Amino acid sequence: MLRWLALFLVLALPLRAEEVVLGLSRDEVAITATFDGSDILIFGAIKREEPIRDDSNLEVIIALAGPSEPITVRRKERVAGIWVNVDAVEVDAAPSFYAVLSSAPLETALRQVEDLRHDITIPRAIRSVGAPMTVADAESFTEALIRIRAGADLYQVLENAVDLEEDTLFRGQVTLPANLTEGPYRTRIFLTRNGRVVDIYETTIAVNKVGLERWLYELSRNMPLVYGLMSLAIAIAAGWGASAAFRLFQR
Amino acid sequence: MLIYLPIAEVSVNAFLLLGLGGMVGVLSGMFGVGGGFLMTPLLFFIGIPPAVAVATEANQIVASSFSGVLAHLRRKTVDLKMGTVLLVGGLTGAALGVVIFNYLKAMGQVDLLVRLSYVVFLGIVGGLMFIESLRALRKTRAAGGAPASERRKHTWVHNLPFKMKFRVSGLYISVIPPLLVGVFVGILSAIMGVGGGFIMVPAMIYLLGMPTKVVVGTSLFQIIFVTAFTTLLHATTNFTVDIVLAVLLLVGGVIGAQIGTRIGTRMKAEQLRILLAALVLVVCGKLALDLLLTPAEIYSLGAAGGH
Repeated sequence: MLRWLALFLVLALPLRAEEVVLGLSRDEVAITATFDGSDILIFGAIKREEPIRDDSNLEVIIALAGPSEPITVRRKERVAGIWVNVDAVEVDAAPSFYAVLSSAPLETALRQVEDLRHDITIPRAIRSVGAPMTVADAESFTEALIRIRAGADLYQVLENAVDLEEDTLFRGQVTLPANLTEGPYRTRIFLTRNGRVVDIYETTIAVNKVGLERWLYELSRNMPLVYGLMSLAIAIAAGWGASAAFRLFQR
Repeated sequence: MLIYLPIAEVSVNAFLLLGLGGMVGVLSGMFGVGGGFLMTPLLFFIGIPPAVAVATEANQIVASSFSGVLAHLRRKTVDLKMGTVLLVGGLTGAALGVVIFNYLKAMGQVDLLVRLSYVVFLGIVGGLMFIESLRALRKTRAAGGAPASERRKHTWVHNLPFKMKFRVSGLYISVIPPLLVGVFVGILSAIMGVGGGFIMVPAMIYLLGMPTKVVVGTSLFQIIFVTAFTTLLHATTNFTVDIVLAVLLLVGGVIGAQIGTRIGTRMKAEQLRILLAALVLVVCGKLALDLLLTPAEIYSLGAAGGH
């Protein structure tokens, strides 16, 4: 009887049978004056206390998301010969950056049900509640948002970009573009078997401005009048200084 | 060399910014226009968010105009009295302009209206100036090279009350027209993110009848204070002034303005005017094409709630 119970427990708890142990090449990204993008290496191992199962496919999916913010997507139409913004759809929350990496094509690595539950793919990561009644095809606005951001390397889908060795070690690399928004970047690693999520590991990568960049940004937000006056003073001083220097140079 | 702009939150090539600043600076020195009507669209093209481009441009115009004014003050080609009258109007107009701007923003069509007003104003001003200076050039040639300076006619402008003597300009006219010109330019500078020289210079020449020699310096004088005011308004309400961007633009701009001022004094007034007119028409045409041609991407992204 006890033996049966033990077996039952083992069968009932397959979720924790395999776990992600993670390493990051860096857990913060510093935006300096000469920042022109950054690579982040995400690597780790799968911890298990039993032999590797070979009855199902093990895959790894990495999702890296920048801070979300509401966005207005507008569409132009020709009105009296001129292209004018006519329809607009407000997207409630769209990440400023989003990358999905997987060890196999997402179709096989992830079931749709699991995507709906965990919001892993890009369309799922964008939250759009309601479009105004006047707009019939609200989906095309979200598609446009994805298309524009993907064109700027802000949204990336990298299938087969995670190396998975011996069903145990995995690694993937994300290239962050230069035009990053600062904030916490939510990093999630999903372990799937036959498309079902069996473990999730979550951490954040902090993207922050540092040094002069940080100081200027904070000043402009906290003391805007001082910042404005300082901008004018620097501008005038530079204007006068360069003019004086130019005159000296001319003689 | 890529440089990260802290407020705009984008990386841009520093030399590209220096070059743009220098190029626009030359024009600024030559014509006495702030160059904002050129620089603001150029900044859009290289990927600076429009709100940041407009606000930072105001800051940059202050600097490039400052060195221009110094050059003109030394040459005594600034009518300070006229400049002050224009300035009083300009500050009033800028404040009014911000109110109008926010109202349009609430309506969600600020982008189109800014572009349309660019096309309309640049088109009218450029067209008028082009025709006028062509006629003047032809007259000079016909008269065998004699300078055509017989343009100070008596118009309705000279029959208004509150007359004032502007000695440097050699005028005795009512303060109402310069005040109105100032207000109008102030509104435009707040709405379109420009200094407004491209409107003010022709208005001073054709409406007020000021001699071309003092027009450039006087308009720069007014532009400095109005754009400084606009910069402060943007910095305190929208937080969109990027000082790093401004410094890069103005280092190029200040040097360019010095070169431009020198070129400007060596050229004839008519030649200057026809060049400025051509330039204004080119920018106008480009903006008009953008509105008329089918855009590559008909969707655009904007921060929620405007712009």
